[in-house]
Amino acid sequence: MNRKTDFIKRFIQDFYLVIILVFLYAPIATMAVLSFNSSKSRTQWGGFTTRWYTELFSSSTIMTALYNTLLIAFLSSLIAVIIGTAAAIAINGMKRVPRSLLMGITNIPMLNADIVTGISLMLAFIAFGISLGFKTILISHITFNIPYVILSVMPKLKQTDKSTYEAAMDLGATSVSAFFKVVFPDILPGVLSGFLLAFTMSLDDFIITHFTRGAGINTLSTLIYSEVRRGIKPSMYALSSIIFITVLVLLLITNFAPKRKK
Amino acid sequence: MKKTLSKIMAVGSLCVLTLSLLSGCGKSAPKSGSAGEVYVYNWGEYIDESVIQEFEKETGIKVVYDMFETNEEMYPVIEAGGVKYDAVCPSDYMIQKMIENNLLAEINFDNVPNVKEIDPRYQEMSKSFDPENKYSVPYCWGTVGILYNTSMVDPKDVPTKWSDLWDVKFKDNILMQDSVRDAFMVALKSLGYSSNTTNEEEIKEAKELLIKQKPLVQAYVIDQVRDKMIGGEAAVGVIYSGEMLYIQNEVKDLGLDYSLEYVIPEEGTNLWLDSWVIPANAPNKENAEKWIDFLCRPDIAKKNFDYITYPTPNKGAFDLLDPELQNNKAVFPVEDSLKNSEVYKYLGDEVDSLYNEAWKEVKSN
Amino acid sequence: MSKKLLSGPYIMWMIGFILIPLALIVYYGLTDRSGVFTLANVLSVTSPEHAKALWLSLGLSFISTVLCLILAYPLAMVLRSRGMGQGSFIVFIFILPMWMNFLLRTLAWQTLLEKNGVINGILTALHLPNQNLINTSGAIILGMVYNFLPFMVLPIYNVLMKIDDNVISAARDLGANSVQVLFRILFPLSIPGIVSGITMVFVPALTTFVISNLLGGSKILLIGNVIEQEFTKGSNWNLGSGLSLVLMIFILISMALIAKYDKNGEGTAF
Repeated sequence: MNRKTDFIKRFIQDFYLVIILVFLYAPIATMAVLSFNSSKSRTQWGGFTTRWYTELFSSSTIMTALYNTLLIAFLSSLIAVIIGTAAAIAINGMKRVPRSLLMGITNIPMLNADIVTGISLMLAFIAFGISLGFKTILISHITFNIPYVILSVMPKLKQTDKSTYEAAMDLGATSVSAFFKVVFPDILPGVLSGFLLAFTMSLDDFIITHFTRGAGINTLSTLIYSEVRRGIKPSMYALSSIIFITVLVLLLITNFAPKRKK
Repeated sequence: MKKTLSKIMAVGSLCVLTLSLLSGCGKSAPKSGSAGEVYVYNWGEYIDESVIQEFEKETGIKVVYDMFETNEEMYPVIEAGGVKYDAVCPSDYMIQKMIENNLLAEINFDNVPNVKEIDPRYQEMSKSFDPENKYSVPYCWGTVGILYNTSMVDPKDVPTKWSDLWDVKFKDNILMQDSVRDAFMVALKSLGYSSNTTNEEEIKEAKELLIKQKPLVQAYVIDQVRDKMIGGEAAVGVIYSGEMLYIQNEVKDLGLDYSLEYVIPEEGTNLWLDSWVIPANAPNKENAEKWIDFLCRPDIAKKNFDYITYPTPNKGAFDLLDPELQNNKAVFPVEDSLKNSEVYKYLGDEVDSLYNEAWKEVKSN
Repeated sequence: MSKKLLSGPYIMWMIGFILIPLALIVYYGLTDRSGVFTLANVLSVTSPEHAKALWLSLGLSFISTVLCLILAYPLAMVLRSRGMGQGSFIVFIFILPMWMNFLLRTLAWQTLLEKNGVINGILTALHLPNQNLINTSGAIILGMVYNFLPFMVLPIYNVLMKIDDNVISAARDLGANSVQVLFRILFPLSIPGIVSGITMVFVPALTTFVISNLLGGSKILLIGNVIEQEFTKGSNWNLGSGLSLVLMIFILISMALIAKYDKNGEGTAF
């Protein structure tokens, strides 16, 4: 009797998982299929073609936008990780009041509406005479990335034992090398997931980029946004499918590669 | 987990760098052209990309190309002056607003000899917003009309007037334009008023009419009308004539068992013009004039027309077209069907606010 | 390591790019075009259209948040019980859809939901009645749930994973059945995650405008639409900022909730 209920239980659980996965990936599958549609129409199938994939690589607009997107995501995440990790360590050691204050302000970019963050940054840049362009996009992305880094690193910091750090210092290590040899490896998972999350958020953002970009710079998101109304070039579907497959393959490789036992 | 993540990060960063390098190869050289630069601000999907590259090759001027989706979005950018563009392509009424707010520079037509290729008819039309044709050169023009699906509309119900869009038979099958001026134009014209009216009572009446229509409307869209109509989502829609050629070709290519026909309503419609202008603070005015001149060359104008499919005001280009295209009434309508049609005027900030507030009420209901 | 050295860069960054921009929004929100102090922008939220937009937004985001919670909690429990402890893998499966552009994902739902779209195509083939969700508030809710579900799943999953199996075994040994375990052990312990998830979903859902345009046929005016239009089309930055200030009240409430229920930051997403 117990085995039967267990079996039913597992079946329902699996079923639920599958439904959710279908829900999450249905639009992605749709886009992938559309990337092979010879018609530009979103709903009518015109025949199979790979021409959008080839057109993709010859379009300098799309390639430039892709380059910008990746570069900004990478740089902003990296810088956010550096500033954010340092900040997290500092905040962790603070007394309650300054800590709550800083954490509160940290939450603001995450909780504020995209459009308000984007516009407020634009207003600030204009007010200080900073011309809009690549650097303003970068600054904006760093700004909304730092909170994610801090929130990823903090829990790991709390979990690390301060005494190990102090022990290393007692044994003669400088504070810098004690940090890198003792504390850093422990918080590394938090740092890495912070980086990953920041990268993802940067990749997907368009409202904030839209308001802070100035002339001539496009990321993939702003490029797509400018095409939404007129009709998106199917090359965009092709590009998105490629990015998606790349990340998926990465995932599968690193997860199913043989792991070394610690 | 730490090892997994580290591995992912390593491989991931490698991929990112590789992709960036690859895409870096694909893009054109970021250095300035030998003859300087020109900053162009145009509608999305409103040019054949190879035209940009041809211009760069022929003149050595580097083109920094940027896009906007609505006039209302473009205006504050030019007004604020945070970004300086050299050549911009706004619509009729917006050009008038920019002229009245001293945002435009007079074009030196000595540098734009190809302006003679523009059919004088459109120069005349331009006078309604650019009284002496000093500030603008027409790029594309067209009308707004009703698009209907022959399989979803009974032959006896074929729409011929704007007021047909209030027919209960089309409930949930009507696509309206998500733009304040265009939506009000439809309502005002159906009431027999001018689409440029500043009369509060008339605006109010039009607003009430639009609110009455809302339950029948499937969606307010802009250029998605095209995709949705091709997909057979709705029976009737309000659309720009520029989309017609594309639609006709798509319907043929897809072998659909219905066709989509274009009608210019009896009450008259909106005649629109998108023209090139040069902002007063343009840093590269002469390059902008070269750009505009280049676009007026008949072969270039025809190339753009082939890609954008929006009607061209360029007589030289028109003459290069197939007779079949020249006689395509949807793309190039006859004079007759254009009586009662008007070009949008800029109505001033106060009246604009009236329209905007009224539109908000329509959307909110 | 000197605390000042470590936190210095961040504090400067915060002041320059979080606090000052915020101050500008406050400035614009409380003045009119000529710079004169006025409460009109903020009070305009009481005008019929704005109030309605705000109520609609509150309602739709509330429903979406609740739906997210209902979907996410069982999911997190399933993930936990199946021992899918390859933690990062789970995280990735849910973050992965976010690597496809937000606009394209939402547009893809249009293709799926339209009258002649994919879902109806499948339903017709199965001789089932067609759905008519597109261009209604239902479609907007679906769009919100779709886009924000990962933000609800991850914090709850994280928090559930921290619950020791021994605690549950102990409860069972003491005679608790599954329902009691759920309501008296799991729920209370997962509150930090739930609170975190709710704030990460409710606030973005409240301010979205793309979803209502693409999936709601632009027929439903949400507060996000109003603000966006005032900034991009109406050129009325003062009004837009004023309304944004009103919205920030909800942010402050969220922050207060987090401070109360998730003091230790346990319910973070990662």
